[in-house]
Amino acid sequence: MAEIRVEHLRKEFGDFVAVQDSTFTVEDGSFLALLGPSGCGKTTTLRMIAGLELPTGGAIRLAGEDVTYRRASERDIAFVFQLFALYPHMNVRANIGFPLLAQGVPKAEIKRRVEETAKLLQIDHILDRPVSGLAGGDRQRVALGRAIVRRPKCFLMDEPLGTLDAEFREVMVRELRELHNRIHATTVYVTHDQIEAMAMADKIAVMNHGVVEQFGTPQEIYDRPASMYVADFIGSPPMNFIRFNGGLPRGARIARIGVAAIEMPELREEVAPGDLALGVRPEHVRLVDSSPLRGAIYGSEYLGTNQIVTVETEGGLVRARLPADHGYTIGEPVGLAFKSERLSLFEARSGRAIRSALHEGELRREARHG
Amino acid sequence: MSTAKPAAGTAAHSVVEPSATSKRVAATLVILYAVITMVPLAWIFLTSIKSPPDSISYPPKLLFTPSLEGYCNLFTTRTRQTPEYIAALPPPENTCDAVTRERNMVIAGPSNFLPRFVNSLIIAFGSTFLAVGLGTLAAYGFSRFKVPLADDLLFFILSTRMMPPIAVAIPIFLMYRELGLSDTAIGMMLLYTAVNVSLAVWLLKGFIDEIPREYEEAAMIDGYTRLQAFRKVVLPQATTGIAATAIFCLIFAWNEYAFASLLTSGSAQTAPPFIPTIIGEGGQDWPAVAAGTTIFLVPILVFTILLRKQLLRGITFGAVRK
Repeated sequence: MAEIRVEHLRKEFGDFVAVQDSTFTVEDGSFLALLGPSGCGKTTTLRMIAGLELPTGGAIRLAGEDVTYRRASERDIAFVFQLFALYPHMNVRANIGFPLLAQGVPKAEIKRRVEETAKLLQIDHILDRPVSGLAGGDRQRVALGRAIVRRPKCFLMDEPLGTLDAEFREVMVRELRELHNRIHATTVYVTHDQIEAMAMADKIAVMNHGVVEQFGTPQEIYDRPASMYVADFIGSPPMNFIRFNGGLPRGARIARIGVAAIEMPELREEVAPGDLALGVRPEHVRLVDSSPLRGAIYGSEYLGTNQIVTVETEGGLVRARLPADHGYTIGEPVGLAFKSERLSLFEARSGRAIRSALHEGELRREARHG
Repeated sequence: MSTAKPAAGTAAHSVVEPSATSKRVAATLVILYAVITMVPLAWIFLTSIKSPPDSISYPPKLLFTPSLEGYCNLFTTRTRQTPEYIAALPPPENTCDAVTRERNMVIAGPSNFLPRFVNSLIIAFGSTFLAVGLGTLAAYGFSRFKVPLADDLLFFILSTRMMPPIAVAIPIFLMYRELGLSDTAIGMMLLYTAVNVSLAVWLLKGFIDEIPREYEEAAMIDGYTRLQAFRKVVLPQATTGIAATAIFCLIFAWNEYAFASLLTSGSAQTAPPFIPTIIGEGGQDWPAVAAGTTIFLVPILVFTILLRKQLLRGITFGAVRK
């Protein structure tokens, strides 16, 4: 196993810049999710790490060694494709043993290692079947088997659960994470599904338009989004933005939105006058009749244990995650209150998060890359 | 991949089991069509086992005594002798000897049919091998790499088939004479390869485009070079396309008449221009011509039957995915 370092990685396809300037490190034995919408450059980044695309600039180091322009076959990595790419003219056993065959491993040794891997993945009963008749989950496991049989330096996975149905995906998310816990393989996992990324990854890199917007633990990314893009992309429903205009001095603890004065974490930098957005997660919104920040009920979605209530305010729609034990009528006037120590403040134009006391404390220890 | 595709295929059209009557009508039409197309072939075969007088009798005979004379005449050359000379010979060694003597002739030696037939085999299979081999590599290149001006090149390759081959017959005839390729097996192989390679590139590009790149990428990540990946992963999946393409190329090269009659006359002559020359030797020997045609049909028939599944998929390629 090995550490993966990506330094100033850039990839252009003609005029289109797929990856702009990515720099991050996947620590030995850790699980990184590259998360972003389609076309954000996450798959291109992965393919460059694999050696299936050559970068336009930058460097990739595997265990300290520069492999930027080395052939895929010489990098000692494994790749799980979205559609698995199981060789259709071979059976399960031959598929899993194929990488060992390339290394010239003796037949008996191949047989032993294929069977050992199959046992680990609980597919030893289908070893002699052709791959064409396999169910989605078994295809997935065979693809994983082919990846791990060789004990490569790292695993790269390109949306491997994308084609599975939702119910089975949850099972595979658990299985993948358990497998990772057992073999501690350095893993880079590409997905557009924030739930998969949150559930499995040690670190998440959120990408947008070829740029890594934020690199951090799932908690960091959820609690301290570095940009409005990240705040909006992560969480369901996403973070609310209450837009207002103003400037704030360093050390300010109050944001004035209309007549309401909203308490927030102490600012660690000065904010020039301009458009700002106050970010608040739906679960940090309460409805308090006495609050000066007023709004009217716009709608609600019942989710069982809780409900998402949408409130129309001067600053836009605000969604609140509230207990499901109270019904609201549309148009009903309400007051909004926020959990002040969890609020984020953004520069609306650049989308950048403004540094505040939110970025200190409990999570700080892990926030090396933040 | 196959997890998603079949579902889409079955959902696209609802299948209603055809009624017994419409099935019967369809079967009748197919049989009728088969009979119509089979009649000339049957007639050729029947003529090949008639005696020469039977073959030209009018009205045509449907009931006759089968004779091997056509086949004997096809494979031999004969000289006319006096009845006394023939009577003095030792008893005939085989059927052909006997049949020939009845016509007051004796076998003088083997005819040119067998070497011409062998020429056909060598040239047709050789050019098919070359065309399919080059076509597979070219198609793979066009399918997988960024070839500059790829579309123009593909059009250029196709454009070689846009005029009838015979339109270039005279320039090729002159070039071949200058280059010493006239009446050589190599020359004919090159010519048929040149004609077939465009078909091979286009057909095979379609097949290879359908093989997802991920297979090669997976193989390369598994530790194989691109060439090894091509051989171990792409080729096995392209066999259907390669077989279908090979049949098309072979049929063309095997049946080609115009260039063969223009460019070959002696040692490299193929069977198609040879068979009609039988007519000139000692009267219109239709049974021998029919025998030559019958034998000529056999290899392509065997090859097509062996690969008929691939051929069908080749015709409907693009529509079917496993």
